[in-house]
Amino acid sequence: MSFNEYLLLFCGMGAVTYLPRALPLLYLTHKKLPQWLIDWLGLIPVSILSALLAPLLFCSDSPRTLQFGKPELLVAIPTLLFALKTKSLGGTVLVGMFLYWLAGYVL
Amino acid sequence: MNTQSKNIKSFRQGMAAAWPICIGYFPIGLALGVLAQKAGIPWWAVAMMSVLVFAGSAQFICVAMLSAGVSPLAIIFTTFVVNLRHTLMSSALAIYLAGVSRRFLALFAYGITDESFAVNMTRFRSGSWNRWSALTTNHLANLVWILATVTGALLGQFVPPAAFGIDYALIGMFICLLVFQLQGRIYILTGLLAAVISVGWYLLIPGDSYIVAASVSAASLGYFLQRRKRRER
Repeated sequence: MSFNEYLLLFCGMGAVTYLPRALPLLYLTHKKLPQWLIDWLGLIPVSILSALLAPLLFCSDSPRTLQFGKPELLVAIPTLLFALKTKSLGGTVLVGMFLYWLAGYVL
Repeated sequence: MNTQSKNIKSFRQGMAAAWPICIGYFPIGLALGVLAQKAGIPWWAVAMMSVLVFAGSAQFICVAMLSAGVSPLAIIFTTFVVNLRHTLMSSALAIYLAGVSRRFLALFAYGITDESFAVNMTRFRSGSWNRWSALTTNHLANLVWILATVTGALLGQFVPPAAFGIDYALIGMFICLLVFQLQGRIYILTGLLAAVISVGWYLLIPGDSYIVAASVSAASLGYFLQRRKRRER
């Protein structure tokens, strides 16, 4: 592919990536939001994080099946306890990485 | 405090918040660069992609589709669908950025990813956060992402996969950010609902729709439960 073909493709991808990120922000920040929307949006972060995380821990991909013994899940339990106890983001990332690295040898 | 030291403080806070994201992004960016290089995409095109399209999963899909010879229009459409979930995140962030100038928002929106969203949302809620710190976090993460993908494209084939458990960095971060969000029974319940719906959807329906579907339905269920409970009181 030539330089211009790449440029065209990435500009197209960039536009459809940027607009969904920008338009709600540009519109909603200059409007008085109804209380129900604020309440609903308040529950969105926990939902998104949980929805992103759960399949990584409980499912294998290709083919997609339910699994309860993945190292990702086993490591997640002590990592979760560490996060609950310390509330430290950086610490949790490092502990998770260390335990996962360890699990690669033990399991 | 004068303006300058305030600015420096915001910048420092933003940097401190960004480093877990950067640790997570680096190996993924490297991996993307290596894949792109193997698919015959030159390093300058990888750099251009990371600058114009700051969206990890869409970029992986793009590389796979390019090497499969899929048409650019189909790639752009897929990118759109994969990144639609960010409308939700952008809407949720709007609560904390009410009345902020559109120029700032236009710059900020560029850096909204799953990871920066979760970090910024948590910090905004705790109150010890301002929009300049948030902007720093977004753009620092983007800078690391661009560097990592280009590094991967240039010399990624020499980096061993799965070194130092680095594959777990983003999962570890999501776990902790989830913990930060659990601020009452209704949040725990909503999180559990999202997990169950997400796993079910993921298993039954191919593609990436599970993230948006599970988030919207769990938040809605949680909202109605919360409202019913308030009425009973």
